[in-house]
Amino acid sequence: MSVTGIIFSNLHDTNISELTSKRTMASVPFGCRYRLVDFALSNLVNSGVSDVNVITHYNYQSLMDHIGSGKDWDLARRSGGLKILPPYITAFSNENNRLYSSRLEALMSIQGVIASLTCDTVVLCDCDSICNINLNDMIDYHEEAGADITIGVKRMTLTPETSRYYNVIKSSDSGDVTDIASHQKDFSGRRDVCINIWIVKRRFLQTFILDALSHGFTSFTRDIIGRGIGKFNYKIYRYDGFYASINSMTEYYNINMSLLDPKNREALFKVKGRPVYTKIRNSPPTKYIGDSKVSNSLIADGCIIEGTVENSILFRGVRVDKHAVVKNSILFQDTQILQNAFVNCVIADKNVVVRNDVMLSGHSTMPLYIAKSKMI
Amino acid sequence: MYHKKECVAMLLAGGQGSRLYTLTEKTAKPAVPFGGKYRIIDFTLSNCINSGIDTVGVLTQYQPLVLNEYIGNGQPWDLDRIFGGVMVLPPYQKNKGADWYKGTANAIYQNLPFVDRYDPDYVLVLSGDHIYKMDYSKMLDFHKKSEADCTIAVLNVPLEEASRFGIMNTDENARIYEFEEKPKNPKSTKASMGIYIFSYAKLKKYLIEDEQTEGSSNDFGKNIIPNMLAAGERMYAYPFEGYWKDVGTISSLWEANMDLLGDKPKFNLYDKDFRIFSRNSAQPAQFIGAGSVTENSIITEGCEIMGTVKNSVLFSGVTVEKGALVNNSVIMSGVVIKSGAVVDNVIIDENTVVGKKAKVGDGSTPGVNVTIIGSELVIPDGKKIGGDLKVNSATLEELI
Repeated sequence: MSVTGIIFSNLHDTNISELTSKRTMASVPFGCRYRLVDFALSNLVNSGVSDVNVITHYNYQSLMDHIGSGKDWDLARRSGGLKILPPYITAFSNENNRLYSSRLEALMSIQGVIASLTCDTVVLCDCDSICNINLNDMIDYHEEAGADITIGVKRMTLTPETSRYYNVIKSSDSGDVTDIASHQKDFSGRRDVCINIWIVKRRFLQTFILDALSHGFTSFTRDIIGRGIGKFNYKIYRYDGFYASINSMTEYYNINMSLLDPKNREALFKVKGRPVYTKIRNSPPTKYIGDSKVSNSLIADGCIIEGTVENSILFRGVRVDKHAVVKNSILFQDTQILQNAFVNCVIADKNVVVRNDVMLSGHSTMPLYIAKSKMI
Repeated sequence: MYHKKECVAMLLAGGQGSRLYTLTEKTAKPAVPFGGKYRIIDFTLSNCINSGIDTVGVLTQYQPLVLNEYIGNGQPWDLDRIFGGVMVLPPYQKNKGADWYKGTANAIYQNLPFVDRYDPDYVLVLSGDHIYKMDYSKMLDFHKKSEADCTIAVLNVPLEEASRFGIMNTDENARIYEFEEKPKNPKSTKASMGIYIFSYAKLKKYLIEDEQTEGSSNDFGKNIIPNMLAAGERMYAYPFEGYWKDVGTISSLWEANMDLLGDKPKFNLYDKDFRIFSRNSAQPAQFIGAGSVTENSIITEGCEIMGTVKNSVLFSGVTVEKGALVNNSVIMSGVVIKSGAVVDNVIIDENTVVGKKAKVGDGSTPGVNVTIIGSELVIPDGKKIGGDLKVNSATLEELI
């Protein structure tokens, strides 16, 4: 059974526009040393999928830099391996030159690639779904059920505030999809929400892309799933491991912070046989100098810490100087907090420098974002 | 047709390293873990790539499994090349019988066909058991400028220690006129670092001659260098300044690890212009728990620290539970220190478990009487293991 993976690198970017103004959703840093795409890539690779396409949109330099040839995910292969599919734009002005704005349009923009697929099954993954899922199980289920599309779902407790971020899937006892509802505002309680991972029969994918092109469909959820319920064999597959999706800056902050809980780390990173891979940076180990005080924090390699760090997430190569204090913050790669500076509830993008004696504070419900390479 | 390489490096990695006891029971010395995420050989391999040398033969003999696996295709060091790259060279069978590598010179002699493939002008001979950062291209420039046949890198050592080394006596132009192996009354303090650049034609000639000499120990220090000197070849000493350490003994290995600590460490791993590359494990970031203490230490990805870590080097995936204390120690990958255990002045090899409230090591004088605990052992709860012990599975049974 052969499987091809397709990863969407640029959907939902507006959710965290600060972080995606200069990068794709796929290359948003997460969890101390990862980029969001690492989870989708690792899930595929750990399930034996070695033919992976990444659809890009705009601003994909950071993504190219991160993924490179794919060798850090074992995807630099003679046959198959990693392919980055840049936006399909021709030199002449015509209607193909429009950039896609939805999942279905993204798929239509790579119609040529999809038409030439010969695998049995295609896995579609979003980048902002942070999980560690055994896709083999899901694919086996899909095959056995003879499904056209199998939708990954997770049972979650929704509130009226959060429900609008999710697609809620209703299904029968036998797992047949009976309804899909997007972005409802008055929904609460335990529901199956779509985790934006789909297994699709290759032939079915090819057919519905052509169908969508000829009918001018634009939405995968509405036009393909919604219209097909009852007509085609759509199944759900329940995933019960760690799952988080990033809907807002505050949510981004909270999900990062949730990794300070060992249960979440266990569920996301320490699943046997399913490590999460990322680009290798060859940082030395982290050094704690003198009587640095660190508590309840996740710290990547290559940091040098002389000050105080509490309840924080430090990416690779961060420096916290003497008498500097970092609390409840997320500091991206190579941030420097100089002597006597104080930061609280801050998200500092790459290469930020907070100079001596500066005090900065956000609030846990509204973290303060500092743009890349800013010196304060 | 092969292209030509100006300089090929030959890295001697066959040493057993018996003075590292249980650490080298199952692995060759160059594959012994060092500095949190490295193995000793990473330093020489990184030096090569940082010096623009992309063709490296690694001569292995003793327990090569871990080393072979670790080097693999050389990708972590950017040594996976279409032409050149890193190549592991074990002893092999020939049509007239098979030989182990009888000595350092013989190891290279047996691999002359490998070197010939690249038609080099120079051969750099290295040893895989030293910790240092060095730009070999500068040494090669020196070699060319001196029109030398052989250049030996030397380090200025304190006079009182000079008698432990091979000492080069040189004239004012750095030309070597005398070589003394471990002299009782050293005339100079220029100690050989075991790093040689030879002009290949000369090296080949002396290796072939040496091979034909009955009773030779086929060793660079004992045979090749003295023979070349005696024949009046142009031999120069290249002065090296900086950190260099032979980590051949437990105490020197412990010390070299400790040299990484502190604000101004003796050996700096954080130099972005001269990075040390290594094969990485895919582990999440380290977690430093509430109520834990991390003082003057280096800690690597995947560690979970709930207890106290002071003046220590922790490799990836080490767990230190609540109430446990690690002091002046080197803890390798995957070790678990259970709650209430005390580890002081100890080197613990991979994946060993130290039971609850166990007490390992004698911390009265850091660096003296360092205890080593082998890999994959389980030290029972409450067990006391004193200083200066070498514990492997056999000795642990006796202790219990």
